Amino acid sequence: MKVFRILQVSIRALTRNKMRSFLTILGIIIGVAAVIAMVSVGEGAKQGIQKRFESMGTNLLFVYPGSRNFRGVATGFGGVNTLKPEDAKAIEEYCDAVLATSPSISTRAQVVYANKNWNTQIQGTGEKFPEIRNWNVIEGTYFDETHVASAAKVCVLGYQVRQNLFEDEEAVGKTIRISKIPFKVIGVLEPKGEQGGFFNRDDMIAVPFTTVMKRLRGVDYISSIDVSAVSPEKTAEAQRQIEELLRERHRIAPGADDDFQVRNISDVAQSAAESTQIMTILLGSIASISLIVGGIGIMNIMLVSVTERIREIGVRLAVGAREKDILLQFLIEAVVLSVGGGIIGIIVGVGASRMMKYISVFQGITTVVTPGSILLAFLFSASVGIFFGYYPARKASRLDPIEALRYE
Amino acid sequence: MSEKIIRLENITRIYQIGEVEVQALRGITYSLDYSEFLAIMGPSGSGKSTLMNILGLLDRPTSGKYYLEGVDVSKLSKDEMAAIRNKKIGFVFQNFNLLPRTTALENVELPMLYANVSSKEARERAMEALAIVGLKGREHHRTNQLSGGQMQRVAIARALVNNPSIILADEPTGNLDSRTGSEIMDIFCRLNLERKITLIMVTHDPVIASYARRRLYLKDGLIIREEVSEGAENEASVSGG
Repeated sequence: MKVFRILQVSIRALTRNKMRSFLTILGIIIGVAAVIAMVSVGEGAKQGIQKRFESMGTNLLFVYPGSRNFRGVATGFGGVNTLKPEDAKAIEEYCDAVLATSPSISTRAQVVYANKNWNTQIQGTGEKFPEIRNWNVIEGTYFDETHVASAAKVCVLGYQVRQNLFEDEEAVGKTIRISKIPFKVIGVLEPKGEQGGFFNRDDMIAVPFTTVMKRLRGVDYISSIDVSAVSPEKTAEAQRQIEELLRERHRIAPGADDDFQVRNISDVAQSAAESTQIMTILLGSIASISLIVGGIGIMNIMLVSVTERIREIGVRLAVGAREKDILLQFLIEAVVLSVGGGIIGIIVGVGASRMMKYISVFQGITTVVTPGSILLAFLFSASVGIFFGYYPARKASRLDPIEALRYE
Repeated sequence: MSEKIIRLENITRIYQIGEVEVQALRGITYSLDYSEFLAIMGPSGSGKSTLMNILGLLDRPTSGKYYLEGVDVSKLSKDEMAAIRNKKIGFVFQNFNLLPRTTALENVELPMLYANVSSKEARERAMEALAIVGLKGREHHRTNQLSGGQMQRVAIARALVNNPSIILADEPTGNLDSRTGSEIMDIFCRLNLERKITLIMVTHDPVIASYARRRLYLKDGLIIREEVSEGAENEASVSGG
């Protein structure tokens, strides 16, 4: 085919100027590699979050205090303190589709042991937290009902905190200070890994929620309730029962808005995935700017190349090349450059995203390269070539053969 | 009347340079038989280059008719002109106009790239054309490794390779010394005699022009005189405008 012959001519022309061709495609290489690497970071975070929610179990529900109109002022999601520990107790007692509940309230605090200190999340939970969240204790035990009832100063360490404060030392039985209050360590949670992408779930300390309420924060409300349904199939029923019960308990008139929200794990997982999706798009679009800059580089070089080769174009026209043959030749040269850069860029980008976990700054970031992002980067780079190659190619094809042959 | 390869009827060409109109050709009427060898002569500014461009279908006349092998080609589109250049016309330039950094073979293959000739056939025909101009064994030499005479031979092979009806040569010996120049002229004469290719050549050198059977003298865009060497059978129809 003729296009194939012209392709050969184009490749020959490009290999005659190897250094220049390489520098021209460098912009595209960097652009494509950046798109692939950035999108792989976003995609890694998204999949990490999904895995994290999956590992929590599929029968999990959350109750949050919800938006309530108070004299016409909507306070927004999570903006009111309407959830009480008694709500959690009532849900467990009266909803037969519910297996267990654990009130939740957290704070951040400075933790001190001996000469080490650490700033971490203090997670107040009920005694059924390990069972609901599918999270086992590997050293010692979790706190029990009596600890919760008495707002005991006991704590169970997340694995990361245990490593940071105690290293090889035995942790269970030791006393640490959380906001200067002494707490006895009674257990350590199993590591859950860093699948979150940006936050480490093992970087926390679990204490009875009553302890957070009374000793650390001094409040009478809780921020959410973890609920596990008796089975994954019963989550919808559990959700309905909880809504009914809480409307009654909170004395919400028929037709009025709820002052709470019940969401199941897949809803939460989805909204988390959506927010990482936005981040992926953001990272990808920043990276694609460099791809456009690379395209401008191609246009620049193609314009130089057309000027340099005016005589050649004249000869081609004289021996019978039509306008579209010349147009095609220079367009194909531009596309070969951009597609070549695209392919090298894909290799570099995949390599970079694989290498990322070995670079300390990115530690804890999982990267996932999807075929979609490769395809996208490839098509984008090819269209950059067509877009930025068209103008120089058209300029070449419109040359007058007589003037082109005479050009010095 | 036997068919003419070229028939020009009152060809004019006016260039518009800003506000000024320049009349490069003021009405050329001329016809040429097949297998002729014509030299066009004249001082610079006489319009001989413009005439060559029109004959070579690189340019269109402002008015008048140009019949090439009996077909009116004075009003064709750019693409149609390109197709005819490709099939019927071969060009040889003073400065050779070979593609830089390519081999002799690649240069000769060039016209066939635009003629839908398979690459295998293109190679065979290019080798053959190079053999005709005496460059057998130098097919893979790069153009910068060739002498001026050799480069002009490559250019002739390129003009020849699509079996054109006419070869147009613009000062083909202008950049060569007289010995190499006469070698090139020998090739032209051989092509004209043996292959019956019509040759039209622009030159200002009377020695080179004497190789041609007919010599046309131009001045100020008009034909002023035609000479025919001995052995001329039929009178060319000349009429000044």
